[in-house]
Amino acid sequence: MELATEILISFFLVLAGVFGLVGSLGMVKLTNTMQRLHAPTKATTLGVGGVLIASMLYFLLVEGTFSFHELLIALFLFITAPISANFIAKTYIQAHLREADLPSSEGEYGWSVYDDPPESDDEGEGFA
Amino acid sequence: MLKRVFPHPLLSLTLAVVWLALVNKVTPGNLLLGLLLGIAIPFVTAPYWPGRPIIKRPLRVVEYVFIVLWDIVVANFQVAAIILFRRNSNIRSHWITVPLELTSPEAITVLAGTITMTPGTVSAMLSADGSAILVHCLHTDDPEAVRDDIKQRYEWRLKEMFQ
Repeated sequence: MELATEILISFFLVLAGVFGLVGSLGMVKLTNTMQRLHAPTKATTLGVGGVLIASMLYFLLVEGTFSFHELLIALFLFITAPISANFIAKTYIQAHLREADLPSSEGEYGWSVYDDPPESDDEGEGFA
Repeated sequence: MLKRVFPHPLLSLTLAVVWLALVNKVTPGNLLLGLLLGIAIPFVTAPYWPGRPIIKRPLRVVEYVFIVLWDIVVANFQVAAIILFRRNSNIRSHWITVPLELTSPEAITVLAGTITMTPGTVSAMLSADGSAILVHCLHTDDPEAVRDDIKQRYEWRLKEMFQ
């Protein structure tokens, strides 16, 4: 194992660690729930991403095998992170905010926590 | 005939690729098993897929993926900078309403996910008829620029893909 490979892999590992730390720090430092939500959805993505890149590089350059289930982890992360963030945001809005605290939806219907959806005749096309 | 074997070709392909990624080894046996799953699962679940997204320009999807990946990297640095170097009293958070031109639920889902993963914004809620999306921005001095950026950078591209 050459020095350059080691440095490259360590670089990604350290980068990942730093971003993971910053994301967690954001949870402590920021003041309200909506702001705190930004820390784990973003800063942490590169944290996990860095570890995954390092892992793929390790298998490719050191073990000499191509490993790609890291891509699957990244894919699942990209699907689940926004959805859980959305759940937390909606719950927070429902519990702590009134309609007057939010800007208007600029449309016929209000935000979905406060307003019923329009009557729809085609099944499966509804918005929750 | 082809339509009966592959009622949902995109799902079939996704399932086969996910299977190969799960076992992490491409061998003829795994490929066969992946294809088998890709055929069997859409066949069984077909009744639960009333509407299917039609992607008109597949190349645009590749372009979009790379743009979003790049933006995620940028977003990470921006949010990290805000967390580390800005005082809490200096962080100006805003709620932003983004009116949507997209109509398909799949396209809106992708847009909402993209907004959450990219610079300083989290998508919080849809309006009841799905015509606008509520976005929380961690720090900005110009909420309208953020809204225009979302519309021009992401929504316009998604519209080309899905509609």
